[in-house]
Amino acid sequence: MITLLIKLASLLAVVLLLTAYLVLIERKLLGRFQLRYGPNRAGFHGLLQSFADGIKLLLKEDIVPAGADRFIFIYAPAIVAIVPLLLLAVIPFGDTSILMGKEIPMVIANLNVGVLYVLALSSLGVYGVILGGWAANSKYSLLGAIRATAQMISYELALGLSLVPVVMLAHSFSMVDIVNAQARYPFILVQPVAFIIFIISAMAEAKRLPFDLPEAENELMAGFHTEYSGMRFALFFLGEYINMIALGALVAVFFLGGWRGPLLPPVIWLLLKILLVPFLLIWTRATLPRLRYDQLMHFGWKFLVPVALLNIVFSGGIILWMGS
Amino acid sequence: MDGVLIMQGKSPSSGWQLFGAIKGLASSYWITLLHLFRKPITEQYPEFKRTLPARTRGKIILTRSPDGKERCVACYLCSGVCPVSCISMAAAESEDGRRYASWFRINFARCIFCGLCEEACPTLALQLTPEFEFCGTDILHFVYEKEDLLVAHGGKNSDYDFYKHCGIGANSEKGRRDNEKEPVNIRSNMP
Ligand code: SF4
Ligand code: SF4
Repeated sequence: MITLLIKLASLLAVVLLLTAYLVLIERKLLGRFQLRYGPNRAGFHGLLQSFADGIKLLLKEDIVPAGADRFIFIYAPAIVAIVPLLLLAVIPFGDTSILMGKEIPMVIANLNVGVLYVLALSSLGVYGVILGGWAANSKYSLLGAIRATAQMISYELALGLSLVPVVMLAHSFSMVDIVNAQARYPFILVQPVAFIIFIISAMAEAKRLPFDLPEAENELMAGFHTEYSGMRFALFFLGEYINMIALGALVAVFFLGGWRGPLLPPVIWLLLKILLVPFLLIWTRATLPRLRYDQLMHFGWKFLVPVALLNIVFSGGIILWMGS
Repeated sequence: MDGVLIMQGKSPSSGWQLFGAIKGLASSYWITLLHLFRKPITEQYPEFKRTLPARTRGKIILTRSPDGKERCVACYLCSGVCPVSCISMAAAESEDGRRYASWFRINFARCIFCGLCEEACPTLALQLTPEFEFCGTDILHFVYEKEDLLVAHGGKNSDYDFYKHCGIGANSEKGRRDNEKEPVNIRSNMP
């Protein structure tokens, strides 16, 4: 019990700190991509910027629009922030270690249906977005929410399908087993197509450029969170960044071998691998323009899903052939 | 490649399209990655202050002519042209007939630094300077009186003196100024 609490607390602390600094990292990196410096005033090289932003957001007025559905409006941001946090519960961050004669699994919950849990949670995340957008009673919010829902549901399919070959290779739905199955080589080497599909779907899931139509600033102000302010807006924001970290963790577990790696301690390896995905997302944000809505749908349904299906068939064939 | 094929009335095969798309994506990712390692071009303001051009439109001053007198003749042209009506003054006249502003006030809290007053000023008295760092939190602090605006030099045109060229005979007799001929004696103006 105590160990579980300690694990929970340390995971939460690490993730929230990482989230706060991911915002700063993104702003800094994006600045450098655009030949700017990014924030560098608050503290040494801007290291206190995240705290300054946090304090500012806490002190802002919390506005609930007159026509809004109060209850849903108030609780929707919480869903967005909680879902990716829950997702991190099944990420193993080290091998089972033995402390004072007791075996301590370095994971909060070793679910035997870990992959399904992850997919189910990422579907739940849509609720926060659509409820928040609908409850605000504003046309921009509603349009953003509708777009977000359609987009996230479409790309969820490709996300799930790209994980099927991984499960076939690992013979298990459990995240711990998937990491253990990559003891000799990470799955990215045998499943590059699934990796690329997963990354693209992850970008769409995280509502990041080039798939940020739900918040398209130019047309929709801020999409589903247009009417939010202060700490509730911050929760949406936080949710987006925790989501980036969670997706990074998933990529690390499914394709990059989780905490496995030479020399460095497992947690460091996991962190490095996790940060790879946010870096990729930021790099993409600096590179690609936004897709049109029909292009987004075409790409999801007519390209990613068929390719993912073909990939499953091929991988299955090869696994059968190798096995026999 | 695509362009040529489309001109020939064919659409490029999907293989070519995919290849072109991947090539385009890769090159754009490469370019942004290169930018990541270039030195930012940002000028870090408070540490680095670039020298601004002399005609930058900043804080307003009232200048003096070379002989040290106030140039402003209180003609109200600047306050008339100001789009936000932030200049006000009262005209007065000295014994020699020279006009001046008994008080002159610019409310910088409203000024939009458009420079129209400088353009309107016939005596080059009112000038905008590159000085722009005078922000504050008290709004009354931005109401500048004549003493605050008046400087001891001639600004951008230090050797110009309005009364050397025109104006009433406050400083010099009519016909004795620069670029001016003797008045014609109409009685002796015979062909
Ligand atoms: S710069 Fe423009 S706004 Fe300012 S005092 Fe002159 S005319 Fe008025
Ligand atoms: S336009 Fe020039 S001379 Fe006329 S009142 Fe304004 S500052 Fe004085």
